[in-house]
Amino acid sequence: MEAESGNRGPSVRSDCYVKIRSGISGGIQIELKSKTGKLFGRHVRELVTDMFSFFDVSHAEVYVEDSGALPYVIAARVEAALSRLTALPKPYLLQGKTCPQSSTARDRTRRSRLYLPGDNPKLMINAGLYGADGVILDLEDSVAPSGKHDARFLVRNALLYNNFMGAELMVRINQLPAGLDDLPYIVPGPLNMILIPKCESAGDVKAVDEIIQSLKGDPGRNIWLMPIIESARGVIHAYEIASASPNVVALTLGLEDYTADIGAERTTDGVESFYARSAVVNAARAAGVQPIDSVFSGFDDLELLGSVALKARAMGYEGMGCIHPLQVPVVNKSFNPSSGEIEKAMKIVAAFDEAEKSGIGVIAIGSKMIDAPIVKRARRTIDLAMHHKLLNADWRDHYEG
Amino acid sequence: MKDKMRLNAAGRLVPVEVNGEPAVPYQGVENYRKTGCKYAPPIPSCADYPADGNKQVSSLEEALVKAGLNDGMTISTHHHLRDGDFLANQVFDIAHKLGIKGLRWFPSASFPCNAHLIPYLEDGTIDSIEGSMNGPLGEFTSRGRMKKTAVLRSHGGRVQAIQDGEVKIDIAVIAAPAADQFGNANGLSGPSATGVLGYAEMDVQYAGKVIIVTDNLVPFPCLPMQIAGNFADYVVVVDQLGDAGKIVSGTTQITRSPDRLIIADLTARFCEVTGIIYDGCVIQAGAGGISLAIAEYMKQIMIRNHWKIRVGFGGTTKYMVDMLEQGVMEYILDGQVFDTASVRSLNENRNHQSFSVFNAYNYHSKGNLTSLIDVVTLGATEIDVHFNGNVVTHSDGMLLHGIGGWQNCLFAKNTIIALPLFRNRIPAIVDEVTTLCGPGELIDVVVTERGIAINPRRKDLLEKVKDSGLPVRHIEELREEAVSICGTPDKPEFTDKIVAVVKWVDGTVLDVVRQVLC
Repeated sequence: MEAESGNRGPSVRSDCYVKIRSGISGGIQIELKSKTGKLFGRHVRELVTDMFSFFDVSHAEVYVEDSGALPYVIAARVEAALSRLTALPKPYLLQGKTCPQSSTARDRTRRSRLYLPGDNPKLMINAGLYGADGVILDLEDSVAPSGKHDARFLVRNALLYNNFMGAELMVRINQLPAGLDDLPYIVPGPLNMILIPKCESAGDVKAVDEIIQSLKGDPGRNIWLMPIIESARGVIHAYEIASASPNVVALTLGLEDYTADIGAERTTDGVESFYARSAVVNAARAAGVQPIDSVFSGFDDLELLGSVALKARAMGYEGMGCIHPLQVPVVNKSFNPSSGEIEKAMKIVAAFDEAEKSGIGVIAIGSKMIDAPIVKRARRTIDLAMHHKLLNADWRDHYEG
Repeated sequence: MKDKMRLNAAGRLVPVEVNGEPAVPYQGVENYRKTGCKYAPPIPSCADYPADGNKQVSSLEEALVKAGLNDGMTISTHHHLRDGDFLANQVFDIAHKLGIKGLRWFPSASFPCNAHLIPYLEDGTIDSIEGSMNGPLGEFTSRGRMKKTAVLRSHGGRVQAIQDGEVKIDIAVIAAPAADQFGNANGLSGPSATGVLGYAEMDVQYAGKVIIVTDNLVPFPCLPMQIAGNFADYVVVVDQLGDAGKIVSGTTQITRSPDRLIIADLTARFCEVTGIIYDGCVIQAGAGGISLAIAEYMKQIMIRNHWKIRVGFGGTTKYMVDMLEQGVMEYILDGQVFDTASVRSLNENRNHQSFSVFNAYNYHSKGNLTSLIDVVTLGATEIDVHFNGNVVTHSDGMLLHGIGGWQNCLFAKNTIIALPLFRNRIPAIVDEVTTLCGPGELIDVVVTERGIAINPRRKDLLEKVKDSGLPVRHIEELREEAVSICGTPDKPEFTDKIVAVVKWVDGTVLDVVRQVLC
């Protein structure tokens, strides 16, 4: 019996291809082809040997074609190939390798989330450097059907061993019901959020949530949900989807599928999706979760992306998906409060606090009355500005009105 | 050779004799003083040249035979034609046909197209190469298959070696994109236009015989005379000097690699924060992916501050030309032209001039222009925790690149090495460089996508980046991060055989490259 995993070819980098032929005698025979063989050949052989011993497989011919893969990638490829030949009772863990867990919270800033194809290690390695608030290891549309099984192992290992530098760790599972089978691979790992694609009903959310609860172990650990609305039916059910579970923290939409579903072409100004975008914002706000916009697919035109993102923000969205690292700073900037907004917020908060101190109930700036929701929004703007280092934490000490 | 090895000032064991000639071990960055006079070629006389000034002969073979091509000679060529070069290969095709043996090839650089010469290295037509070696020739050498020891020099070191008589050129073959029958030549026009001919200027003055080869013969006078015909012995017209598409590219593109753009952005911001770039600064820009991006980010900084770059040294590309034409840069001093936009600019714009390797890089001269440059950004295959740099070998010991102008540029006021922390699992920040090409005392800053390390010698820069928000880290931390991601690589294994020596800019031996054990 023979099984393979991974990728090879002249343009493949940071990945490896593994082929295993099971045997009944001869021990573990490793054939290694590697550009970095002189420097890391011994390491690769030792890792492969250790894995076969861990999985209690004594006889096999193993062919490894390495194009500079990191250890967790090699381990994922070997395990994926081996899992095609025999049931593996537990995952193989690399020794002495852990990465700091990401911080998460229900209302964490989610301006940008960077999609990373789940079967491509090269794009994962430095993904933490680009400044995205979240990274999405994708098991769905960016993974070819032949790579789906491999991607589960690679994504699991990336969550465990790749340092994403504090980005919120998200995984987009496959469309249900197949996506439910992705969960056992990833939920035990250090992830923060699951994206549910093509979500059409509260039932979809509940199905995912139930399995997560049964898999996650620590009852105090939160795994958030972000359903993706990608159909006319999903838009109709947006509110019940957003409020289907207390773990839903954000609602987003996928406009490529949505526009196809309603029989329209996707345009830059988005006239065809205006209703859906409004409906999603409204449903999200009604359910008390963050509305997050779709991705902008023209990754060559960063200027246009900036204006699209600003429009999304004007509609009430708090963030957007990114399909290329270069989109991240543009999106972050677009969803940051502007300097004018920060200034106005400072003025409101300072005036409000002053009024409170002197016991005045109602305040006005100029001729405009300042009431509670305005102050609340101003405080949120200030918090955001401080979080993104646009405003010093001690701004009060220097504020002169 | 073992008994003739000495520990040099960089702590590297080097030979005191290379290919039968004495060699001086490296003595420190600026400690060695060579005495004596420059080399001079034989005195020619006008009486021996055609009275009508027509030096054209019918073929390259005829010219080589008339020039006295013989066993053991040194033949120089130039890399202006880059990977599109037909000429250098043709010279050795002819030598091979004539049964000549034991030639020394002395190019200003080699390219993958020169893999054509490997059979001649095998059959003894060529027995050594002294010059920047790239790709297949480097690999051939690393495997110990070249008969003699390769000598690797910087562009400036090559000029120094010619001037000082360390390398005596018997025949210089000059690819001239435009020439007249007297041998006046330039690179400015014709199907194989290279823009400049700076790398050939020294050779024509010192070589025994000079052959000007062109595919674009123009009636006298060929102006400007980048090469004066008074140096020429023979002029040859060929159908095609090279593959135009590989000589200069139609377009040069800034990298879209997000990692490289992070490096470029950090580099430009570092230069602004530290005051390295300012109104009236002098910068160097290359054509590599990161260099172009750095130049573009610096341009934005210039525009935002209403500053101008006084001089851009290049490696010229359309990005530099744009800056010149948009008034962000006042002058381009051009050592090498990389695209058609630059050839056009060099022809049209008086503020865009070529310079020679002598002006910029020769250490045995009365000062170098490189020391006037405020900041150069360079690449490297490895940088070690002492800031020493390697540009010729990979971490597996394989010789794959030339030094180019790299060593010479280290003399700029601020030298920045911009490189990824690791490439395909191989760390670029290491404990000790595999081959020493540049002493750490000349390398001020290392910029990677995961942080900036400043040489502790540069206390001024360390002071200036405080509170800048830039990710400044100790170089040891960067090395540790690389290892934590990649693992600690094994050391490559070598035989005792020295396959190449690396010369410092003053002609001393800085390090050796040994044969890799396969």
